[in-house]
Amino acid sequence: MNIWLVMLLGGLLTVATRLSFILLIDKMKVPDWFRRGLRFVPVAVLSAIILPGLATRNDVLEISWHNPQLYAGLIAILVAWRTKNVLLTILTGMGALLLLQLLLIAH
Amino acid sequence: MEVTHAGIPSRQEFWRGVRDEAPILLGVAPFGLIFGALAINAGLTSAAAQAMSAIVFAGSSQFIAAQMIGSGASGLIILMMIFVVNLRHALYSASVAPHLRHLGLGWKLLLGYLLTDEAYALAITRLNQPDDSPRKHWYFFGAGITLWTTWQISTAIGIFVGAQLPADWPLGFILPLTFIALVVPALKDRAAVAAAVVAGLVGLATTGLPLKTGLLAAALAGILTGMLLEGRRK
Repeated sequence: MNIWLVMLLGGLLTVATRLSFILLIDKMKVPDWFRRGLRFVPVAVLSAIILPGLATRNDVLEISWHNPQLYAGLIAILVAWRTKNVLLTILTGMGALLLLQLLLIAH
Repeated sequence: MEVTHAGIPSRQEFWRGVRDEAPILLGVAPFGLIFGALAINAGLTSAAAQAMSAIVFAGSSQFIAAQMIGSGASGLIILMMIFVVNLRHALYSASVAPHLRHLGLGWKLLLGYLLTDEAYALAITRLNQPDDSPRKHWYFFGAGITLWTTWQISTAIGIFVGAQLPADWPLGFILPLTFIALVVPALKDRAAVAAAVVAGLVGLATTGLPLKTGLLAAALAGILTGMLLEGRRK
């Protein structure tokens, strides 16, 4: 599918979701199971991207002690847990990765 | 406070919305920047990256869509992910709907387009205030259009910066890092942790599947796990 078509349909889908109840008021109610499930959407979707993202290097899955991304990711998780600071988490994780890559090249 | 039925003038409602949105922009602008840089890094053209901010206009789903486009996912899977990630907006829609009933279709379409997380948070606070001002939608519009403008400008700056950075910088790594920063503070109970772990592991196990179909399966597995654990506890 063409990237522009994907974006156009994705935009329409998003607006349709946002308009759903505004346009169909009085005709629908939000079911309870739907409300409960929504709480887990961000956590699940993002985690499904995080773990493969850390383990994949140059489009190849690399789960080993030699993959610096795994260590940098672990450090970022600790920083996020302790500080809850988005910018600090990104900077520390990025810094850790650059440093680890330098060390690995040096050896 | 006693407020007359005439309520507050439109212009005053609008500027109040703009002003109240301002502090939130500090949190939003960096994400616009990161999105712009990442989209370029994922292989999108400047025009496509900017257009995505204008057409899709939904932070987290834009990040995911850009990453999936970059890794060659099928269009259908990308659309399904955008839909699932933005489903929460249906809740916002249900919550603001009774307050917008008196408006014409044009206003409803406009405010629906602007109904992001950050605009909703402010709009619903104003809409729920007890005064029966008939022009509260102007406040919603003020908050929403301020956020929209900031998102477009920060995306543009991100695109510019992203294009200047050396190609061998591991910029793609910013995406998992950003998501870590968002997910970890949200892991407040066992059900949420289980949802994250299951989604991550299924995602890892299905990395090889074509067109990124594994991502959708992993997300659904995580959501179901969270719901099951939460249901059992009650």
